[in-house]
Amino acid sequence: MSASIDALVNKEYAYGFVSDIDADTIPKGLSEDVVRLISAKKNEPSWLLEWRLKAYRRWQTMTEPHWANLTYTPVDYQNLRYYSAPKSVKPLQSLDDVDPDLLKVYDKLGISLNEQKRIAGVAVDAIFDSVSVGTTMKEELSKYGVIFCSFSEAVHNHPELVQRFLGSVVPYSDNFFAALNSAVFSDGSFCYVPKGVKCPIELSTYFRINAAETGQFERTLIVADEGASVSYLEGCTAPKRDENQLHAAVVEIIALDDSKVKYSTVQNWYAGDKNGVGGIYNFVTKRGKAMTNAKISWTQVETGSAITWKYPSVILQGDNSTGEFYSVAVVNNKQQADTGTKMIHVGKNTKSTIISKGISAGEGQNSYRGQVKVLPKAENARNYTQCDSMLVGNKCGAHTFPYIEVANNSATLEHEASTSKIGEDQIFYCKARGLSAENAISLIVSGFCKEVFKELPMEFALEAQQLLGITLEGSVG
Amino acid sequence: MLTIDNLHANVGDKEILKGISLTVNAGEVHAIMGPNGSGKSTLAQVIAGHPGYAVTSGSITYDGTDLLAQQPEERAQHGVFLAFQYPVEIPGVTNAYFLRSAYNEIRKSKGEEEVDPMDFLDLMEQKLKLVEMDEVMLHRSVNAGFSGGEKKRNEILQMAVLAPKLAILDETDSGLDIDALRIVAHGVNQLKRPDNATILVTHYQRLLNYIVPDFVHVLAGGRIVKSGGKELALELEAKGYDWITEGA
Repeated sequence: MSASIDALVNKEYAYGFVSDIDADTIPKGLSEDVVRLISAKKNEPSWLLEWRLKAYRRWQTMTEPHWANLTYTPVDYQNLRYYSAPKSVKPLQSLDDVDPDLLKVYDKLGISLNEQKRIAGVAVDAIFDSVSVGTTMKEELSKYGVIFCSFSEAVHNHPELVQRFLGSVVPYSDNFFAALNSAVFSDGSFCYVPKGVKCPIELSTYFRINAAETGQFERTLIVADEGASVSYLEGCTAPKRDENQLHAAVVEIIALDDSKVKYSTVQNWYAGDKNGVGGIYNFVTKRGKAMTNAKISWTQVETGSAITWKYPSVILQGDNSTGEFYSVAVVNNKQQADTGTKMIHVGKNTKSTIISKGISAGEGQNSYRGQVKVLPKAENARNYTQCDSMLVGNKCGAHTFPYIEVANNSATLEHEASTSKIGEDQIFYCKARGLSAENAISLIVSGFCKEVFKELPMEFALEAQQLLGITLEGSVG
Repeated sequence: MLTIDNLHANVGDKEILKGISLTVNAGEVHAIMGPNGSGKSTLAQVIAGHPGYAVTSGSITYDGTDLLAQQPEERAQHGVFLAFQYPVEIPGVTNAYFLRSAYNEIRKSKGEEEVDPMDFLDLMEQKLKLVEMDEVMLHRSVNAGFSGGEKKRNEILQMAVLAPKLAILDETDSGLDIDALRIVAHGVNQLKRPDNATILVTHYQRLLNYIVPDFVHVLAGGRIVKSGGKELALELEAKGYDWITEGA
């Protein structure tokens, strides 16, 4: 079977192209002046600059965390560029103002900012390097009072909302990467769904790193007011480059009483080549706070990045609140992922579900790290954790690090874990029925991930399934 | 249709098949019998292309093509079907989805159009009757949690859907109770056409009461030591294998 496998192994990362877009960048390195410069370029109010500076000063006192099961060359924070913006998008009045070259890039990525997504009923905000290049369907959304725009726009047009919620779930002091992000974040998406409104369409943000030696630090803030509901999806790609690039994002979700937020991610940053050269370092802090009767659901499909450090979490603050985490993480070649979640039960009758599917192939190392914490006042808290690992080949690794802390005796926690190996027998069985090795693997793996895929919005479930197939191509031979 | 000539095959360093020659024509049913460890299942797996076996010499010609040069999926696309002795479980993938994927991949390889899920379900409805299976089985994961009998019936269902030219049934009768055996045999008989052929690999004569073979071959020590008509199976039933396998 080796000839066809070889062909598959060498299949290129489809999003690895570099676009030649004229960019406004600042010199490398990080200092208070750089923080001030970023803030000035974005014409920010002084309260935000102050917040950034506090974050920067705090960051200087912190050290990079190394408790994760990850090995990588240290990041030289002074050798990075902290701001890069496509030059032509400055006056962003409408999509017509967007640089046609930039729109071409998004077309190439399969993201049309114009008609296609409108037909599909998805609103898209596209972030290119550090700035938002356009948000579609704004008018349609505004009929419902839904605000969906770039973070920078929100700072100017809805400062009261930003000021009220920014840092309320992930404070700037939270951790090393969150502090760095708070100091230098350039843009991101902002979403506010008013009281009682069910957002009629999927909201989607598309992140693209293009410039070299540039970190991407986006900041996303989603607020669902009382009784509101919204479903949000983010997708990510980057060019192929030999050096590692840093991506340190923060996502905060606030789900007020009786609201629902569903956040789905398909992460396909460049993973490096098969020898582990290049690729994105993905150090991300994602957390939501669910108030009374509210529900926050994270679904992630992580197939890209050289290093993934990511724990989308829920603070179950209000009584009867619900937190969910559905994850598929795939590592191939030399990729490493340390990912999982934290479910912090604060209120009474709070409920959390964790379904994690880890797939390791090549020499990839995949760790699930999850914390379930039940605080003293969380009467009748319930958690169900299921953590399954699948190994493809025998040079990869799967690791599980569950942390359980219970301070209330009425809690019910269940934890199930399994490790299986994708069998040559399974593959042969599929082949004996006429399926190619490629389709066989994708079939077996999608079966393994079914419980997570069914949580994805319809139009993205298929994409995720195909992405998984591509990531694992050639991993069995 | 199938010509096997002096076939030798190894698992690791161990030679299992030591020179098998066999010709199967369209419309024929051949039974391969023999004691445990004689190489029956190996022969079935080698024809289907299992990567765990290395063919060291000899040839297999199928429909005028060199079968050994083809990937297992190409063999399947060209009409070779192996009903597994131990059907494999694929959790999370429904039987219907699995079968439709296989069916469409085979159609695609012939340049035919893929069949959509609704039309496929219509097709399945008839085939399910053949093996007396409930439609519920289509929506369960492939072989996961199936009883032994259900797994074997599921193999015959796949065979019915994929309509192979050459079907090899590897100990399909083992572990079946008498009712299941009758259902499976009935299915196989219904699928018999003048232009396809069947190889039954079995340890016991029992199956041959229901599926009557044209030829019976006795395999021992990796070689065919005796061939004959259906009466040979009865003789084996009465006398056991020892009288022909001694010295093999």
